[in-house]
Amino acid sequence: MGKLLGWIDDRFPLSKMWNEHLAEYYAPKNFNFWYFFGSLALLVLVIQIVSGIFLTMHYKPDGELAFASVEYIMRDVPYGWLIRYIHSTGATAFFIVVYLHMFRGLMYGSYKKPRELIWLFGMFIYLALMAEAFMGYLLPWGQMSYWGAQVIISLFSAIPVIGDDLTLWIRGDFVISDATLNRFFALHVIALPFVIVFLVIAHILALHEVGSNNPDGVEIKKNKDPVTHIPLDGIPFHPYYSVKDIVGVVAFLFFFSVVMFYFPDGGGYFLEHANFIASDPLKTPEHIAPVWYFTPFYAILRAVPDKLMGVGAMGAAIVVLFFLPWIDRCKVKSIRYRSNLYKVNLVIFAVSFVVLGWLAMQPVNSTITLMSQVFSLLYFAFFVVLYVTSKNEQTKPVPDRVTS
Amino acid sequence: MKKYILILILAIFPATSFASSGVHLDAAPIDIYNKDSIKRGAKGFADYCFSCHSAQFMRFNRIAKDTGMTEAEVREMMIFTRDKKGEVTKTGDLMTVAMTKDYAKNAFGTAVPDITLTARSRGADWLYTYLRTFYVDANRPTGMNNRAFPDVAMPHVLWELQGINKPVYVTEDHDGVSVERIEDFETLQAGSMTAEEYDAFVADLVNFMVYLAEPVQTERRDLGWKVLIYLSIFFVFAYLLKKEYWKDIH
Repeated sequence: MGKLLGWIDDRFPLSKMWNEHLAEYYAPKNFNFWYFFGSLALLVLVIQIVSGIFLTMHYKPDGELAFASVEYIMRDVPYGWLIRYIHSTGATAFFIVVYLHMFRGLMYGSYKKPRELIWLFGMFIYLALMAEAFMGYLLPWGQMSYWGAQVIISLFSAIPVIGDDLTLWIRGDFVISDATLNRFFALHVIALPFVIVFLVIAHILALHEVGSNNPDGVEIKKNKDPVTHIPLDGIPFHPYYSVKDIVGVVAFLFFFSVVMFYFPDGGGYFLEHANFIASDPLKTPEHIAPVWYFTPFYAILRAVPDKLMGVGAMGAAIVVLFFLPWIDRCKVKSIRYRSNLYKVNLVIFAVSFVVLGWLAMQPVNSTITLMSQVFSLLYFAFFVVLYVTSKNEQTKPVPDRVTS
Repeated sequence: MKKYILILILAIFPATSFASSGVHLDAAPIDIYNKDSIKRGAKGFADYCFSCHSAQFMRFNRIAKDTGMTEAEVREMMIFTRDKKGEVTKTGDLMTVAMTKDYAKNAFGTAVPDITLTARSRGADWLYTYLRTFYVDANRPTGMNNRAFPDVAMPHVLWELQGINKPVYVTEDHDGVSVERIEDFETLQAGSMTAEEYDAFVADLVNFMVYLAEPVQTERRDLGWKVLIYLSIFFVFAYLLKKEYWKDIH
């Protein structure tokens, strides 16, 4: 065995990679609950890729056949229903995990120097993930697939001058059609997974270059053992965090299975009721709502009366997150040692995000619109308040070493 | 800490109703594990629905397999058609109907929807309510209207069983405008079934349609708890392993 490993190591840096990224990657010893979601996001990515491969073996990206092929998977393919529910539940799980992972980054300032690039790669993953989910949702070719895509793609037509040509180019037709379905299939199955996997590798490489942040926001590399040069508060990722993450994985799979086996359509939020009707270009559903993970941004879009401005606001709500490392000018990373103002600001931001998500699922009326406007303003106010107050923030003293 | 995830999940996805017209829906008294009820529902479906409505994603022999009937029994109960070659439709075939879209448009003014998945798009309670709230309405081409689905094109196929109902209106005041609302029904002509028998008949039919929309659902639930028990045991060992490794940290 040792000889084989030596033979490989002479030709490929297997042991070197193992050590750099696992056995001798020193992570802070004080990770808490919130630190499970990084490894879980990776797990869900693998689940989606593997289940997706099996779905493509039976799915037919054809306007005439797509809807029936999904039902064929649900009925005639052995355990096809399981694979399909794994994939559809996985889409929801992906966003839950990623949102919690991002919120962790906000709480502990994980986007701050020297981790700006980790945050940027992460944001690009999030963007690619949204595109991936959006295109994947067209594939079952139900009413919500069709009309949801119709609504979202038509947003591009709000762009001045090139808008109409751009939407035509995206759809490949004057309406959502077989051409759209085929290109979305190609993008969903090949292009975007490639992009996501590449970005995930970049995200992890950048993380392992600078080292992980922790709930105290203390740089563990500042306190190294003088002889071994190992951070005093660091422990090897493997075996300590590999065994700890297994606990997280099993707990996650428990909740995942509860949804998958007992609530696979999530009360109409994961698989929308109208999507059990085959797409019909001549019949618009009564109430078109995007899947839950897009709803906060959809609420911001709906809050603005002007279409172009609405699209701009929605875009800005996502783009502004990219600039977070430079908007937040406070030197202290963790929420544990930041001002009460910051804590309140963050709570309002999180609450606004959830409320906006709820608002987008309600049929429009004047109260809903007004509430959407208020919470959209609160969403953006987070960044404004943060930028203005963070430079001279009243922070608590940060300890030299991690606390627990 | 895991509790928080559950709370979070429950907060994000509260149980939802099939939001639509706002008509009160009666809870369908169905039991997806009751195979006899599904068999009765399959018979009702074959006798009353399946001439116009297809269930084109389902195969006859799947019903045989899932309800414990033989294929011969299913053929006897459900197959009255021949395939394109002129042979009796095979039990392995999909449950399509002979009626064409054009014929349906001529007869009813609209295509007849496939109803394999209607229980998933409309919900069991909606179906149970819909099939029991037809009432006489001289303004409709079929002479019948429906409270859950106003101005529906479908005739009241089950009128011989249910009889014919007449609406009882109440007048309500909506911001100064009086609006008539159907409060209840009264029998105009009795059917071959009593009200209780008819409710039970519809419940079986809806039970079958719920089964039809997702034939795998009992298997799904039965597999689910085994997976959850497995994961619970796995969790204990994973936790103990973690504890063993971590005892030298801190």
